[in-house]
Amino acid sequence: MLSRVANSLYWMSRYIERAENTARIVDVNLQLLLDSRHLNDEQLTAYWMPILQATGDDESFLKLHPQATGQAVTEYLVFELENGNSILTSVTQARENARMVRDQITVEMWEELNRLYLFLRSPKARETWEDSPFEFLQQIKASSLHLVGIIYATVVHNEGWHFMQTGKFIERADQTTRILDVRHTTVPTKGLPTKVSQTDALEWSAVLRSCSAWDAYKDIHGGDVTPVKVAEFLLLSDSFPRSVRFCVEELDRSLHDISGIPSRRFSNDAEKLSGRLLAELEFGTIEEIFAHGLHDYIDLLQIKLGNIGASLFNAYIFQPFVNMEDEILVQQEFQQQQ
Amino acid sequence: MKVLLEPVGSEFSLVVLREYDPTGFFDEMAVDSQQSRPHYQKFLDEFSQISASEFDEKRRAVDLAFMRQGITFNVYGDSQGTERIFPFDLIPRIIPAKEWEYLERGLTQRIQALNLFLHDLYHEQKILKDGVIPPYYILSAKHFRREFVNFQVPKDIYIHICGTDLIRGGDGQWMVLEDNGRTPSGVSYVLENRRALQRTFPGIFEAIGVRRVDQYPQELLRTLQYIAPNGVVDPTVVLLTPGCYNSAYFEHTFLARQMGIEIVEGKDLLVREARVFMRTTKGLQPVHVIYRRMDDDFLDPTVFRRDSMLGVPGLVQAYRSGNVSLANSIGTGVADDKVMYYFVPKMIKYYLGQDPIIPNVPTYLASEDADRKYILENLPKLVVKAANESGGYGMLMGPKASSEEVEAFRERIIADPRNYIAQPMISLSTHPTYVGDGRFEGRHVDLRPFILYGEKTVIVPGGLTRVALRKGSLVVNSSQGGGSKDTWVLYGDE
Repeated sequence: MLSRVANSLYWMSRYIERAENTARIVDVNLQLLLDSRHLNDEQLTAYWMPILQATGDDESFLKLHPQATGQAVTEYLVFELENGNSILTSVTQARENARMVRDQITVEMWEELNRLYLFLRSPKARETWEDSPFEFLQQIKASSLHLVGIIYATVVHNEGWHFMQTGKFIERADQTTRILDVRHTTVPTKGLPTKVSQTDALEWSAVLRSCSAWDAYKDIHGGDVTPVKVAEFLLLSDSFPRSVRFCVEELDRSLHDISGIPSRRFSNDAEKLSGRLLAELEFGTIEEIFAHGLHDYIDLLQIKLGNIGASLFNAYIFQPFVNMEDEILVQQEFQQQQ
Repeated sequence: MKVLLEPVGSEFSLVVLREYDPTGFFDEMAVDSQQSRPHYQKFLDEFSQISASEFDEKRRAVDLAFMRQGITFNVYGDSQGTERIFPFDLIPRIIPAKEWEYLERGLTQRIQALNLFLHDLYHEQKILKDGVIPPYYILSAKHFRREFVNFQVPKDIYIHICGTDLIRGGDGQWMVLEDNGRTPSGVSYVLENRRALQRTFPGIFEAIGVRRVDQYPQELLRTLQYIAPNGVVDPTVVLLTPGCYNSAYFEHTFLARQMGIEIVEGKDLLVREARVFMRTTKGLQPVHVIYRRMDDDFLDPTVFRRDSMLGVPGLVQAYRSGNVSLANSIGTGVADDKVMYYFVPKMIKYYLGQDPIIPNVPTYLASEDADRKYILENLPKLVVKAANESGGYGMLMGPKASSEEVEAFRERIIADPRNYIAQPMISLSTHPTYVGDGRFEGRHVDLRPFILYGEKTVIVPGGLTRVALRKGSLVVNSSQGGGSKDTWVLYGDE
C-alpha cells in the first residue's frame, strides 16, 4: 500500500472519530448546564473553559473571543473553521483525506462521509443546531457511528483497513481521556476523592452518558456514580469499546496485523510503545492512578498516545526525503555519471 | 419551441417533440416539428409512459446522486475549492448502428495516421522532406519535443488514448473539430452517465438494444499493459495524477479504481538507477507503466519545468532507459496543435493512401498569406482559435463578438500568425434538452469518443455528448456552462 494512502486512511479515520468526540464533549457540557440553570457569566465560563483546555484549544480560542460564553465556545467547537478541531473542520479534513484515496474506499463510505459534509455546510445544519443542539449533536454522532459500521462491513479487512483502525482507536482513546478530564477540577489533584456530592454524581453521570457508557456502567455498578468508578470504567474496562484500555488493545492488534509480527513482540517503536501502554493499563489500578493524580495521569496518557502515533508515522509513512530540490540534485548526479 | 402536456392516466406526460421546432439547425432527434428520426422512435415511445412528476423526481434523484457520489469537477480560480456537478440532461443522444460504424472507421483511420505521423516526425521526418508539411510549422510547434527525436517508444505507439471531438453541421455531415492526444478527459462521465440512466430508466436499455460502455476500464488496462517494458511479464501499472485539486481528479480516482491499479502522485514515486519505484508501507515497489494524467511540462523537473512540484525527478531518464513506459508518450502535444490539425487529412493521404473518412472543418492558417488575407477580411464571420489552447479558452467567435474583441484578435493574429487558425462558424447540431418547467428546447451538442490504440484499436460505442446548456451557445466545455448527455449506440438502425 502506498505510504501516502496509508497516511490518508489513518487521518480520515482519526478525523471522523474526532468529529464524533467533539460532539460528545459539547454534548456533555450542555447536559451539565441543563442541570444547573441559574448560572452567571463567571460560572458559565468556569464550565466552558475546561472544555477548551481539554481539547487543547484555549489559547487559539481566546485570540478570537474575549470571553468563554456558551454561545462563543459552542460556535467555536462546532462550526469554527479557524479551529483545527471543530466538528466542521474535522469532517472537512476527513473528507479531504477520503477524496485523496477515493479509489481505496468503498462507495458507501464515501457517500456517507460526503453526505455528512454537505449537511454540515448547508443552512439546514445551522437551523438544526439552533432549534435543538442535542438533535444536531445526535446527528453527528449517528453519522460517525454509521461510518464506523460501514467501514467495518464494506471495507476489506486488509492493511488499509488496519491503518483506519489505528487512527480510529488512537483518536478515540485520546478523546475519552479528554472527556473524562472535563470534570477533573472536582477531584483532588492527588489522592482519592473523599466525599461525593449529589451535584458531583450528576456531573459524572453526564460524563458517562456522553461516552455512551451509562447503560454499560449501570450494569456493573448500579446507580452508584462516583468519580473513581467512572474513571476506572472509562480508563481500564476491558470490554467497554470506548475505554482507553479497550482502544489500546485494538490499536495494538491492528499494529501487529499491519506488520505481521505476533503480539507481545515488536518490530518497530509503535508496537513497542503500544505494548508497553497496554500492559500498564491491563495491570494498573485506579487507586494508583488517583494517587498519581487523575489530571496528570491523563496528560501523560495523551503524551503516550501521541508518541505511538508519531512512531507509526516513522515506521510506515515517513518519506526518506521531503525536499524536491535535493532529489533533483540526486538525479542530476546520477545522470552525470552515465 | 413548446412542449405539450398530454394525459397519461390521471397525470401528464412530457412529450418531447410535440411542437418542437428544429428549424435552422440539424437536429439529432427531430426531422421536423412533426416527425422524429427512426432511431429515436423506440425511446420516445418508452419515454411517453413517464409522467411529468416522475420525470421531475428522476431528475432530482440523479443530481442528488451525482453530488453525493462526488461526481464533480473543481472550478479553478475559486478559493473555496468549489466542486460542481457536471450538469446532466436525462434525454439521451442516440446513434444508429450504421452511423456508428461509419464513425468507427473514420476514427480508426485517423488514430492510425496520427500515430504514423508522430513516429515519422520523431524519426525520419519523411513527411517534412517530401514537402507535405512545411518544416517551419513543426519547428515552431510549442509541444514538439526535439529531445525525443530518434527515441524508440514501446510498440511505436505515441497516442494510446485519444479523445477526438466530432460535430455535425447544418446538413448533418459529421466533422472532426479537434484531436486531444495528450491527456483527454471525460470518459468517467460516459460511464457514470450510463449508470445514472440505467438507474433512472431500468429496463429501457434491453428494450431498445443499446450497446454497453462499461468495458472501457478493462480495455484501457489492456492497452496500458500492452506497452510494458520488454521482459516484464506481470507489469505494475499506475495512474499518475497531479493531485486532488486537479479539475479531473474525480476521473483519475474513478479510472484507477475501475482498473484496480494504484493512483499515485509525483511524491509517491521515486527514481533510483533509472528505475521507477513507488513508496509503500512495505518499502519501495517497482513501477512499469505509468498512465500519466499530467502534461509533459510537469512530468520531471530535471528535464522540463524546474518549478513543477507535481512531477518525479528522474522520470524521463527512466523512460529513456526503457525501464518505464508512459501513456501517452512524451511529445504527442504537437499533434494537438491546431495548425497540425489542418494537415491531418494530408497525413491520412500520405501515410495510408486513403481519403479521410470523416472530414475536417474547413480551416484557414493565419501564417499562409492568402489565408491570412481572407481571415482578416472576414473576421466577424469566422471562429478564430489559438493553436495551443483548449477548454474553450483563447477563442474568438466572430459572429458573437463585439467589434473591440474582433479588433483585439486582429492585432494578435497580425503579431503572431503562426499561433492562429480560423474556421467558418459551424452551427452545431441540436438536441432536445430539458430546460425546466416541463419544456424541451434544442441545444447544441458535440461528441467526444474515446479511442484506445494498443494491440488493436478499441472505441467504446458512443462517447461523451456535451451540450451547451445556454440558449444559442455553441460552447460545450464544462468550464463554460456545458453539460452532458448519455450517448446510446444502438445494435440496429431503428
